[in-house]
Amino acid sequence: MTTATADLLLAVDGVTVDYSGFKALDGFSLTLGRRETRVVIGPNGAGKSTLCDCIIGRVRPSAGRILLRGEDITQKPEHAIVGAGICRKFQAPGVLAALSVAQNLALAARRDRRWWKALGTGMSAAEQETVAAVLAEIDLAGRREVLAGTLSHGEKQWLEIGMVVATGAELLLLDEPTAGMGPAETSRTAALIRRLAQSRSVLVIDHDMRFVEELGAQVTVMHQGRFLFQGGIADVRADAQVAQVYLGSHR
Amino acid sequence: MVELMRRRGLPWLLLLAALAAPFLMSGYDLNLLARFMAMAILSLGLVLLWGHGGILSLGQGLFFGLGGYAIAMHMKLADLPGGSLPDFMVWTGRTALPGWWAPFASPAFALLAVLLLPALAGALFAWSMVRRRIGGTYFAIITQALALAFATFLISRQEVTGGFNGLTGFQSLFGWQLADQKVGRGLYWLTLALLCLGFIGIRALLASRFGTLLGAMRDGENRMRFLGYDPAPYRMVAFGIAAFLAGLSGALFTLHAGVISPAMVGVVPSIEMVILVAVGGRMSPAGAIFGTIAVCYARDFISSSFPDLWLYLLGALFIAVVTLLPGGLAGLVRQRRA
Ligand SMILES: Nc1ncnc2c1ncn2[C@@H]1O[C@H](COP(=O)(O)OP(=O)(O)O)[C@@H](O)[C@H]1O
Ligand SMILES: [Mg+2]
Repeated sequence: MTTATADLLLAVDGVTVDYSGFKALDGFSLTLGRRETRVVIGPNGAGKSTLCDCIIGRVRPSAGRILLRGEDITQKPEHAIVGAGICRKFQAPGVLAALSVAQNLALAARRDRRWWKALGTGMSAAEQETVAAVLAEIDLAGRREVLAGTLSHGEKQWLEIGMVVATGAELLLLDEPTAGMGPAETSRTAALIRRLAQSRSVLVIDHDMRFVEELGAQVTVMHQGRFLFQGGIADVRADAQVAQVYLGSHR
Repeated sequence: MVELMRRRGLPWLLLLAALAAPFLMSGYDLNLLARFMAMAILSLGLVLLWGHGGILSLGQGLFFGLGGYAIAMHMKLADLPGGSLPDFMVWTGRTALPGWWAPFASPAFALLAVLLLPALAGALFAWSMVRRRIGGTYFAIITQALALAFATFLISRQEVTGGFNGLTGFQSLFGWQLADQKVGRGLYWLTLALLCLGFIGIRALLASRFGTLLGAMRDGENRMRFLGYDPAPYRMVAFGIAAFLAGLSGALFTLHAGVISPAMVGVVPSIEMVILVAVGGRMSPAGAIFGTIAVCYARDFISSSFPDLWLYLLGALFIAVVTLLPGGLAGLVRQRRA
C-alpha cells in the first residue's frame, strides 16, 4: 500500500504484545488512510482483537508505536485516545442496559466530559442533533425510548456501532460487528458500514467471507500475530498461503 | 385516583408531622428522632456513592467522626474560661493546649472545618485510589482500614482526643445553652431542614447527567472508558459529596447525643451505616432515610432491653436483606406498586 503521508490517518508500526512469553502481536505493522475502509481477517487467536486493544490503549505494546495523524498515541490515556478521534466497538456488545437507546447515544455524543458540565439535565442542541442523526443512520429511530437491555442482539450491535459513531471519531474500530447475526442482519450491517465509511476511516474485523465481500474493501490477513497478506478479496481467496492458514486452523 | 392522591400526599403529610414533632413528643423522644435524622443525612451520601456509584465505603465513620470531633472540640473550648484546658487534658496531665486544637476555639473555623474537612479529606483519599483504578473489594477494605486507624488513633492519644470516652459534657453552642428546650427544638428543626435539603440535592444530582454517567460507569466501566470518559473525577466527586454529608451528619449527631467517641466512628459503626442503607434501599434516597430511622429505632429498643443481642440481629437483618430484598424496603414498595 502506498498511502501519501498527507492522507495517512493511522500507522501501526512494528507493534509487539507479549503475554508472558507468548506473542499475541509480533512486530505487526499496518497503515490506514483517511476515509479508507480495511478489513482484517485471520484465524481465531491471530491477534485481531489484540490489535484493537493496542490502538485504543487497553493493552500497551512492549515494542513498536502507534501513530495517529503522525502523532504518537502509544502511551496516551484511553480517554485521550478517544478524544483524538478513535473509538472501538467491542466484540461483545457493551451497551448500557439500564439506559434508553437515546440515553446511550447521548452519553457518547457529549463533547465536554468534565464532571461539572454534567450537573444539568437534558441534552444540548448539538447533542440532540447528533443523537437524531445517528438514530436515523442505525435505523433505530422507532426504538428511541426503549431500554437498551431489551433490544435484540442485532439491535444491540447496531446501537453500539451508533455509540461509537456518535463520539464523532474519525476512525472506527469494529471488532466482529456481525457476531451472532443472521444473513439478513449481516447484510444490513454491511450496508450501514459502507454508508458510515463514506465520511470516515473504518477498520473492520470479521471472519464471515460473504460479509467481507459485501464491504468491498482491501483485506489484511493476520496469522499468529504477524502480517500474512494484503489485497482485494479475490486475491485473498486465490492465495495459497492464506488458504493453508485457514485450512490448518479448521482441523 | 384516590391511591395516587394518597401517594402524592404522603410525603407532605410526613413532613408536616416531622415539623410538628417538637410539640407532640417528649424532649427525650425528640432528641432520639433528631439523632436518627442526623444519621439519615449520612445515608443519603451512601445512596449516591454505593447505590448509584457502585463504590462501597466501609469507612464512613471516619468522615462522620471528623465532623463530630470538629464541632465537639469547638464546644469543649468555647465552654472554658479563657486560658484553661479541657477537663480530660487536665486529668491526663497535659499542661498546654495542642497547637491544632487552638483554631477550633473560633466558631467560624469550627463551622468551616465541619463543612470542608470531611469533604476535602474524602475527595483527596478517593482521588488517590480511583486515579490508580482501585475499586471494588480492595477499595472497601482500604476504607475499612481507615476507619480502624482513625478509631485506634483516637483511643491511643487520649491526652489530646479524650481517648475511649471521647469528648462529652458540652454546655453551649455559639452561646446557646444546649439544656434549653428552645435550643433543642431549634437544633431539631435545623437537622430536619438539612435532611430535606440533602434529600432534594441528592435527588437532583441523581436526576442530572452526572447521576446517569455515574451509574453508567458502575454498569459499564470499560464501555464508558473507551467512549472517552475518565471515571476517576466522577468517582472522586461522588466520594467527596458522601464524605461531606457524613461530616455534617456527625456534627449534628454530636450536638444531639452530647458526645462523640471512638465507638461511634470505628469499624462496627461504619458497617452499620452501610446496613442502614441496604435495609432502606441503596438506590432510593427516600428508602435510605426511612430505613435508617426505622433501624435506628429498632436498635434503640432492642439494645436497651437485650444489649448483647443487637449485633447478631443486625447481621441477620443484613443477610436477610441481601438475599431476600436486594432493593431494600424501597424495592419492596416499588414491587407492590408495579
Ligand atoms: N490477556 C491475555 N493474556 C494472555 N493471552 C492472551 C490475552 N489476550 C489474548 N491472549 C491470546 O492472544 C492471542 C490473540 O488473541 P486475540 O487478539 O483475541 O485473537 P483474535 O481476536 O484474532 O481471535 C490468543 O492466542 C489469545 O489466547
Ligand atoms: Mg477477537
